[in-house]
Amino acid sequence: MAESKTPLLDKLEEGKWPSFVKDMKQAAEKNPMAKDLIAQLELSYKDKIGHWKHGGIVGVKGYGSGVIGRYSDRPDLFPNVQAFHTMRVNHPTGWFYKTDALRKLCDVWDKHGSGLTNMHGATGDVILLGTRTEHLQSCFDDLSAAGFDLGGSGSALRTPSACVGPGRCEWACIDSLDICYNITMSYQDKIHRPMFPYKFKIKVSACSNDCVASIARSDLSIIGTWKGDIQIDQKEVLAYVSTIDIQKEVCDLCPTRCMEWNGNELKIYNDDCTRCMHCINLMPKALRPGKEKGATILIGGKAPILQGALLSWVIVPFMKMEPPYAELKDLIERIQDWWDEYGKSRERLGELIKRLGMRVFLRAVGLPAVPQMVKAPRTNPYVFFWPEEIQKEVK
Amino acid sequence: MAKTDIGPPDYKTMLPPVIARNYGKWRYHEILKPGVLMHIAESGEALYTVRAGSPRLVSTDHIREICDMADKYCDGYLRFTSRHNIEFLLADKDKVEPLIAELASRQYPVGGTGHSISNIVHTQGWVHCHTPATDASGPVKALMDEIYEHFVTSTLPAHVRIALACCLNMCGAVHCSDIAILGIHRTVPIPDNTRVPNVCEIPSTVASCPTGAIRGDMKNKTVTVNPDKCMYCGNCYTVCPAMPIADPENDGISIWVGGKVSNARSAPKFSKLAIPFLPNNPPRWPEVVNAVKNIIEVYATHARKHERVGEWIERVGWERFFTLTGIPFTDKHIDDFDMATETFRTSTQFKWG
Repeated sequence: MAESKTPLLDKLEEGKWPSFVKDMKQAAEKNPMAKDLIAQLELSYKDKIGHWKHGGIVGVKGYGSGVIGRYSDRPDLFPNVQAFHTMRVNHPTGWFYKTDALRKLCDVWDKHGSGLTNMHGATGDVILLGTRTEHLQSCFDDLSAAGFDLGGSGSALRTPSACVGPGRCEWACIDSLDICYNITMSYQDKIHRPMFPYKFKIKVSACSNDCVASIARSDLSIIGTWKGDIQIDQKEVLAYVSTIDIQKEVCDLCPTRCMEWNGNELKIYNDDCTRCMHCINLMPKALRPGKEKGATILIGGKAPILQGALLSWVIVPFMKMEPPYAELKDLIERIQDWWDEYGKSRERLGELIKRLGMRVFLRAVGLPAVPQMVKAPRTNPYVFFWPEEIQKEVK
Repeated sequence: MAKTDIGPPDYKTMLPPVIARNYGKWRYHEILKPGVLMHIAESGEALYTVRAGSPRLVSTDHIREICDMADKYCDGYLRFTSRHNIEFLLADKDKVEPLIAELASRQYPVGGTGHSISNIVHTQGWVHCHTPATDASGPVKALMDEIYEHFVTSTLPAHVRIALACCLNMCGAVHCSDIAILGIHRTVPIPDNTRVPNVCEIPSTVASCPTGAIRGDMKNKTVTVNPDKCMYCGNCYTVCPAMPIADPENDGISIWVGGKVSNARSAPKFSKLAIPFLPNNPPRWPEVVNAVKNIIEVYATHARKHERVGEWIERVGWERFFTLTGIPFTDKHIDDFDMATETFRTSTQFKWG
């Protein structure tokens, strides 16, 4: 038997979890790009270093984003991945697919690229992993004919994403799929033609379980919530007694201790409830969100680069969410206009607000200050007042 | 000329008929067993979901195999989750077990629901990134092999979300995970003075540094890096390709714990540093795998039901976390970035460990 060319990666074919090495080898059997990719990865495993050079402006006609340029730093050894660019394809909202659409995507990628993908990338796109510069336009043309389009990259609106929402979840307080799709279709220009100081991410979760991590991962987080009382079905509460210790697992773990259980009836003091979802998560048959539904809007979330990671901050405690979402889109545009005007190059929205102050931001976008925005009021006495709040000197 | 700005396919054309009929009218759900969900609509109709693990890096042949199964059992409908799992969507209960049997015969793990460890959200690593401090798919595969049982069962105190990012850019946004695996560089980038003048814009390179460690050297049309200020984020390299930061012997992995993204019970929180550095040891990263397994085992032994890793640690205290896990506490665990003092203890209330 011939000696393996990938002895290190072969070790990752062992074990029970599905192996990416098997997929790479499968693609390598019929695709020279995939063959050089796995050979270069083996070299990285030996050298303990990546072998990709970055950047280079590549793309398709009319777009400034959606393609990430990538070149091997060892084209002498791996000529078929000398240029090996990523294409980001905007996924169907909620990552729902019919197999005929997925097969079309596979056919396009087998024709133009490496045959390797990520299902999906961190922001949500289908990642088509590696093709040559001369294939980009024809690949895009075929993607477009198959009904797909590119997602965002660079200093653009990145592909918005949403949780499964009303597609399958009884907790959905807003139509996360429709909101996400509506925003995506309304802002195609902002996704495809980078025009911002830096990237801008929008994620929509239909309840505060936040399955798409919008507070952690997006500049603008839209999270479903409700007003009014949690709907209780006492009969179903009793039915949970056989599987759940309601006092210990539900009432005692409620962060606001707003529930009482007497062994027969569950009482909720709704004024104290902060809608964390814990009790509803545990007893979906018995408890349901309140009837008046809407979204909490938060902004500024991001990963560490540059000034440290931020979680999104509440700026609108409750907004009704009805198509065509005019109030939401109006707010998004006011926020982006302000950021565009004052943001420095590569300054995320959260960092700009940190630099100029929430007070300045709120006034600029026309939002009132409300206590829901803070964990506590300030503790330092370094308070700024607006000029009109100061009595002018009388001479 | 291809049509531009058509956007993604309308998701409504991708929904199985049972979902289209009951859209927004779901009543409740049950986890029938690990990896199998049953959602019941107001109409009484049921939707069955079978969740299977995936390596995320998949070939078109693999996708076609998934499509074949979706055609056979699900009338051609499936979805993917935000953690890269595959979800087969079935209207017919009688097809659930045959699908699971076929998935088993093809070695697809079924699970990732309830109090389990779901798939690891991760980045590109050496497969396709220009700034990685480690690989992504390799450590993920090595770790998932070892904690496989936690994917296919549901016996932990709560769900444990693990994520891996191969550098501080954190495309995998690991910063709010129960357990985060983060590639780090530990040595300063070296400007290649022969290339910087040609490929880099000096003001933007200087501005890219969060700590002001980079100064312009206008005379030589290059930049200098102050090693006392640099914290190896690699941001300058993204702006200026002529200052590479990768260092095979000093790059490696750090482990962070206790973050979460959901609002259930406690607020979303960042992961905090547990282990500052473990070496890159391909192909199976044994030090990283063992460190994560140890944290999972200690958590599983000590946490109360429904307590996420971070909630458990906050209840027992970080001082006890380090005692229980046997992880050494070092000066690197004490923050020295701009909000550092908020993490210093300002009370005499602490445990002895």
